[in-house]
Amino acid sequence: MAENMLIMKNVSKTFNPGTVNEKTALSNLNLTLRKGDFATIVGSNGAGKSTMFNAITGAFFVDRGLILLDGEDITYQKEHVRSKVIGHLFQDPLKGTAPHMTIEENMALAFLRSSTSQNAYFSRITGKDKAKFREQLALLDMGLEDRMKQPVGLLSGGQRQALTLLMATFVTPKILLLDEHTAALDPATAEKVLTLTKEIVEQRNITCLMVTHNMHQALDLGNRTIMMDSGNIVLDIAGEERNGMTVDDLLKQFAINAGKELDNDRILLSQDGKK
Amino acid sequence: MGNIITMSIVQSALELGCIYALVAMALFISFTILDIADLSTDGCFTLGCAVCATVTIMGHPILGLFAAMLAGVVSGFVTAFLQTKLGIQSILAGIIVNTGLYTINIAVMGFSSNLNLFGCTTIFTWGKESFGSSWSQLVLALVIVLVVGLLISLFLNTRLGLSIRATGDNPDMVRASSINTKLMITIGLCVANAMTGLSGGLLAQYQRSCDINLGTGMVTIALASLIIGESLIGKGSMFTRILGVILGSCLYRFIVAVALRLNVPAEALKLVSSIIVAIAIALPYLKKQFAFYKAKRIAKEENEAYIQEITAQEQNSRKGEME
Repeated sequence: MAENMLIMKNVSKTFNPGTVNEKTALSNLNLTLRKGDFATIVGSNGAGKSTMFNAITGAFFVDRGLILLDGEDITYQKEHVRSKVIGHLFQDPLKGTAPHMTIEENMALAFLRSSTSQNAYFSRITGKDKAKFREQLALLDMGLEDRMKQPVGLLSGGQRQALTLLMATFVTPKILLLDEHTAALDPATAEKVLTLTKEIVEQRNITCLMVTHNMHQALDLGNRTIMMDSGNIVLDIAGEERNGMTVDDLLKQFAINAGKELDNDRILLSQDGKK
Repeated sequence: MGNIITMSIVQSALELGCIYALVAMALFISFTILDIADLSTDGCFTLGCAVCATVTIMGHPILGLFAAMLAGVVSGFVTAFLQTKLGIQSILAGIIVNTGLYTINIAVMGFSSNLNLFGCTTIFTWGKESFGSSWSQLVLALVIVLVVGLLISLFLNTRLGLSIRATGDNPDMVRASSINTKLMITIGLCVANAMTGLSGGLLAQYQRSCDINLGTGMVTIALASLIIGESLIGKGSMFTRILGVILGSCLYRFIVAVALRLNVPAEALKLVSSIIVAIAIALPYLKKQFAFYKAKRIAKEENEAYIQEITAQEQNSRKGEME
């Protein structure tokens, strides 16, 4: 049992090396997350936030560097193997669920991750499973527990994202990666999904990384704020230092550390519309 | 009508429908569920036919059917291997396997282009001897296809089956939820091709012969059955959808039987199948296009009135300025 849940050591990734489209997405990135850390991530467009997530999930293998998850070297572990313990939510709410399968069937798939059902490939959904699914769905307070036989394609984006969150944490993951998972939802739904996220992460003490473009969220949520630029972490604050920070301080600090202003059209837009 | 549709025509259409329904069910798994156009189906069908014929000639009709299924599994595995481990596109993988199978099929048949099973014991002759009735062939084919259909629908509702269905439905989600998509594609194609092989094997025993060109166009014919079945039954549980596929296959054979009875040359049937499939798959797209053109025409008429209105207003205002 390691005390640190995630360690990334000198991780580098270059896309299309040797061509005109060569892009260094991560360069010597170092990050350590303690168990139960809930860190928000902000950064410019193309700073490498999603690339870092994809490096952790194994969507591609990194060029150099080491990735340890709960003490286990997962640098070259296959994606489907490590995703057993990694929850990943995307900005696109359609990405996390199978539209032509029912809510019940989707949940059964999520349940497959649990160690008890790994050997039960030929088992079918039992009444006991259904009761468990229903109980979990009721927590969302969206009435989904009465629509378990309906295909997921009929749900709204917010409902699908809430369901995806439920599925990703059904079996408690070692790390939960949230890639702007509320950005494509309307404000009210986004708020609801966010509250739900907070509840689940805090109750179960899940180690969590959350990309956001909302600077207030970046400071309010969780216990750490990480800022990225050009494939690297330029600012990593927690504790006292973080509590005393305002959005302006954060932007100033970023400008000093990164040597330039934060350039993200959506971050600037989302500032005025905030509480 | 009475002399066009006789009892024996209905009977043989149903028998063939049940046998070919297994290929349609195979495509239900590969095409509808996994979203892969498996073009090795033609060759795999002939493979099942050839393997079963060879084993049946040796005197083991039931073993022959299992051998045909096993041959199908191997063929499906090779197709899946090319896709998942060697990075060959799925359509190309099917075509490559299909071409290779031609040689293998000829080899299985002892390097001749056809085999005769006359005088051999098959499950159908065995059925006739045991029950005597002329309906025994149909009953036998129906029982086999229903049992396989039931097993497949049970399988598709197991956790493994759900994983296979999700792989075709949303690969992104599947990768993020610890399911090995490559393995799911492999299992799906093996199961599908086992049914294609079984279908070929049953046909060999049914018509007591095997020909190297038997499988030509099988993909299209099976797709036609699949589409007819899906448009009849629509969505529903896995079992109803599979029943729909069986129904579609029987209906297709029925159409063919009537066409043959009306002296449509047998050579024309493949063209007819192609047209049916092309139209059926194109239909949703065409419907959308027609709806758009209709809306566009109405809007254009309205817009012309607007344009006249605007021109008139402009002329009026110009007149006003001049005065």
